[in-house]
Amino acid sequence: MTEGQIDEGLRSELQRQGIWVTSMQELYNWGRKNSIWPLQFGLACCAIEMIATAASRYDIARFGGEIFRPSPRQADLMIVAGTITKKMAPQIVRLYNQMPDPKYVISMGACAISGGPFKQGYNVLKGIDRYIPVDVYIPGCPPRPEALLHAFMELQRKIDDQKLTGANKAQHLEPGQPSEFPVPAFGEHDLEPPANPDVFQAPKLERV
Amino acid sequence: METLEQIKTRAELAARGAKIDIVVNPGPSQQSSLLVDSAHAVAVAQFLRDHAALKFDYCSNVTGVDWLDRVVKKTAKVKQVVDGVEKEVDQTTEEKISGYLEAVYHLYSMQHKHGPLTIRMRTANRADGARLPSLTPVWRSAELQEREIFDLYGIHFEGHPDLRRILMWDEFVDHPMRKDYREPDDYEWEPTPHDDVLERAKQHYTPRPALDGAEAITEKTTPSPQSSP
Repeated sequence: MTEGQIDEGLRSELQRQGIWVTSMQELYNWGRKNSIWPLQFGLACCAIEMIATAASRYDIARFGGEIFRPSPRQADLMIVAGTITKKMAPQIVRLYNQMPDPKYVISMGACAISGGPFKQGYNVLKGIDRYIPVDVYIPGCPPRPEALLHAFMELQRKIDDQKLTGANKAQHLEPGQPSEFPVPAFGEHDLEPPANPDVFQAPKLERV
Repeated sequence: METLEQIKTRAELAARGAKIDIVVNPGPSQQSSLLVDSAHAVAVAQFLRDHAALKFDYCSNVTGVDWLDRVVKKTAKVKQVVDGVEKEVDQTTEEKISGYLEAVYHLYSMQHKHGPLTIRMRTANRADGARLPSLTPVWRSAELQEREIFDLYGIHFEGHPDLRRILMWDEFVDHPMRKDYREPDDYEWEPTPHDDVLERAKQHYTPRPALDGAEAITEKTTPSPQSSP
């Protein structure tokens, strides 16, 4: 039991007596995790699955995420659904920068993770995590709506675990943590820089 | 539809001075095409669109081709006198063809319901400012596709109303569909590289860390007491 948290046994005992005890952190996170508003944009075929997730059969509204916002200023979650061409990448980073904190990113599908089948092409970004931090990755080409719902639930779990105070409090509450990232420029051969070194480090391949 | 030879003769008569070659396609599709010289291409195109028997009013597709410098070997049987006897000998001639860029147009006629007719134009060389006349004034549907060829192959279409890059950004300088295009060296993270990508990825590999001796440990070689008599 950490400081400021109530004993689980005592709490359930109180609840049986009709007294509901909670903490500011729990209430705050409960509210946040059940009203995640995604930014309404899609890049490629993954967006079709995202639309299916929002429609009646899968119904992301069951998790409080049905309010797709057309403006980044009203959105909490960016679902990067589809192939990010190098021409599009600066706009994605710009949209991310315009979202208010706290903000989260789901990288949906093979292309958004790594470039996918277009990885060796000249025009596709090899993963959005080169420029902005990603919270949940969903593999698949495209991932099924269930996978997106799973990612959504993972994100809810992540939000629920965030601390409001203490040494390991949530990133967006740290005043020194950046909430905006540099927008890459269009270079003569590639985006400049090709990746943001503060966010992305290429894995070192130890091979002969 | 008339045969290519008929169209060629008609077009050469209509557009004075035009030189049209037939590029034979020996494949099963047999879709041979007309190679139009770029100086008279607009006149020929207008003729193909407007002539009452042809009426190629629909340009469905425009694309580019990059031909590098190449050597074509031709083998022909030649009669030669060897040791006073006339014999048939295979003679191989090599022809060097310098590279060029090509624009290919696929034409159909909505009115007569015939087609496709394929016409080609070739640039003089593969230099960066290679030029061809734009056929957008003749077929409006060629506009975006000629921009795409300009973007990806670097052919400048003279007479095009709005020649800008269409897929790549304006600051980009290369032409990615050219065969000698080198993409940015961005191969540091390849989980399963192979072929060319493997060769390029190898330049980014870090050597294995120094061995710590653990790999030298093998199973004990001393014989167990049970096995001894």
